[in-house]
Amino acid sequence: MRYFFNRLGFLLISLWAAVTLNFVLPRLMPGNPAEIMFAKFQGRMLPQELHALELQFGFSNQPWPIQYFQYLGNMITGHFGLSFTYYPVPVATVIATSLPWTIGAVGFATLLSVIVGSFGGILIAWRRGGMLDRTLPIATMFFQAIPYNWSAFMLLFVFGFTLNWFPMYHSYGTNQTPGFNWPFLSSVLRHGVLPVATIFISGVSGWIIGMRNNMINTLGEDYVVFAEAKGVSARRLMFSYAARNALLPQVTGLAIALSSIVGGSILMEQVFSYPGIGFQLNTAVSNEDYPLIQGMFLIIALCVLIANFIVDMVYARLDPRVRTGGASS
Amino acid sequence: MIAEATLPKSQPPAVVKKKRWRNLRAFVRNPRAIAGMSILGIFVFIAVFAPWIARYNPQATEFLPSQGPSAAHWFGTTNTGQDLFSQFVWGTQTTLLVGFGGGTIQLILGLTIGMYGGYKGGVIDAILNVLSNIFLVLPALALLIVIESYIRNTTPLINGLIIGLTGWAWGARVFRAQTMSLVGRDFVVAAKLSGQSDWRIMFTEILPNMYSIAASSFMYSCLGAILAEAGLAYLGLENLNSNSWGTILYWAFNGDAMLTGAWYWFVPPGLAIALVGMSFALMNFAMDQITNPRLNVAKRRGSQRDRA
Repeated sequence: MRYFFNRLGFLLISLWAAVTLNFVLPRLMPGNPAEIMFAKFQGRMLPQELHALELQFGFSNQPWPIQYFQYLGNMITGHFGLSFTYYPVPVATVIATSLPWTIGAVGFATLLSVIVGSFGGILIAWRRGGMLDRTLPIATMFFQAIPYNWSAFMLLFVFGFTLNWFPMYHSYGTNQTPGFNWPFLSSVLRHGVLPVATIFISGVSGWIIGMRNNMINTLGEDYVVFAEAKGVSARRLMFSYAARNALLPQVTGLAIALSSIVGGSILMEQVFSYPGIGFQLNTAVSNEDYPLIQGMFLIIALCVLIANFIVDMVYARLDPRVRTGGASS
Repeated sequence: MIAEATLPKSQPPAVVKKKRWRNLRAFVRNPRAIAGMSILGIFVFIAVFAPWIARYNPQATEFLPSQGPSAAHWFGTTNTGQDLFSQFVWGTQTTLLVGFGGGTIQLILGLTIGMYGGYKGGVIDAILNVLSNIFLVLPALALLIVIESYIRNTTPLINGLIIGLTGWAWGARVFRAQTMSLVGRDFVVAAKLSGQSDWRIMFTEILPNMYSIAASSFMYSCLGAILAEAGLAYLGLENLNSNSWGTILYWAFNGDAMLTGAWYWFVPPGLAIALVGMSFALMNFAMDQITNPRLNVAKRRGSQRDRA
């Protein structure tokens, strides 16, 4: 329970830090660039709406602390302001329409790569010194260093443009009506293959190598040696004895990798014009739509933080030492 | 922690020094390390001698547009008639500079914050630790995009600076853990008793015991900085007249390289980034093998089982 509140506390502190960054950044920059944005939208927006945004970006005579607490209040109640790009749609609505795409694609791809990668790592550790064991680490190093935008680009070029197997952009065909019908769902799946593949390719090899190294470390532990001496079958030794403990660092690794996966998905969404939060963030940036930028950053941070929190909870489930606080490492 | 298990157990300095030399010698003879150093060496060579290697002005739009690779234009030309090989060569210089620059800033910040927290302990450590954990979980690229959206048209060097200032957290965490495990050792206690200042102890007593960790952290930081710069430039957040691998990708994407089948436009920069990353990983792998005895022990065990 103490562990739970500890992690929850960290979640809240990080969230506060993200909100505060949003508040401080526009005020920190020389010649607040948001000013240009206001000039551009003068007359296209209702005066009181513009006024609310001016307060949000620091064009106000009130002292900083008061501005800050007003800002915090607005964020907590979900008042992110109005988007300029999609005027008069509030930022919160843009978030609601784009978030499911990102969570769907990124979540699925991440789970897939962790599961496939961990199994692959177990297999390679088992056949240590074999062909795969010698070649795969090198391939991994290569794949891990590929920029997401480039792998997305290559996939799109080969499978989208040249072979024409998969559609080139968006998350579903324009002739489909979104809803729970088969043509739409199959279109979503077809559009999702390349985006998911992009994240999968960049991630999976890292999980394989991580699991391989954990397995090798665990296989050296006394209890595994003892089990082996006792005559436990190789399969049981691998899965029940070694793999269970070797999985723990993988879970921690997931928490660390999340931030870079999400960063990669921003690039991936741009290449595929996949209408998730990353794509909206890029749209917002190119339109100098600062309320939308702030809202997108906050929601991306929130998602990563919640995912981290879930990972922490899963870790505690798997490793009882964490929960009880005993034998801390 | 694996790293802790690999530390020499308070040996006299002379032995530690000898061991370090032995490790270094093993490193330069390790085939993986040699491969990694060669790949990186080629790119460093290109970067240093860019003015002599690039044959044309990378910005000059004086050639036939959208030409495939040829003897005159090794990597072809863009849709506005720029020589892609010259762009690539100059881009190598910029990208490596951003990578090493960003990596160095991250290393310095990570070392300072990590070692200081781990060494001091208590409230200072708690605050620094929460700070690095926050920077660790906040999505780095999204944060960079937000910062750059306020600055606009940054040069690659400013990009490197921002990447360095935001990406130090992982290093700090690693160095903190390592410092904490060293702080109670005899040689550190002895240095404390002899009245040396805190910073002196950190940099002359503790730091030499984590060279290999610092080197590996530095390599990952550099790769991270290169990838971040490529991403930012690709999204158009870098001055579009600058020359970097990321800007080549940006122009390839926005110049319809895909629809005209101009693969030679976007393949080289991405491939180059992946190769640089691979060279870092190769060196890292070699270093791991040399400094982590456990990987070797397990290997011996494994091979015995195979023979049986």
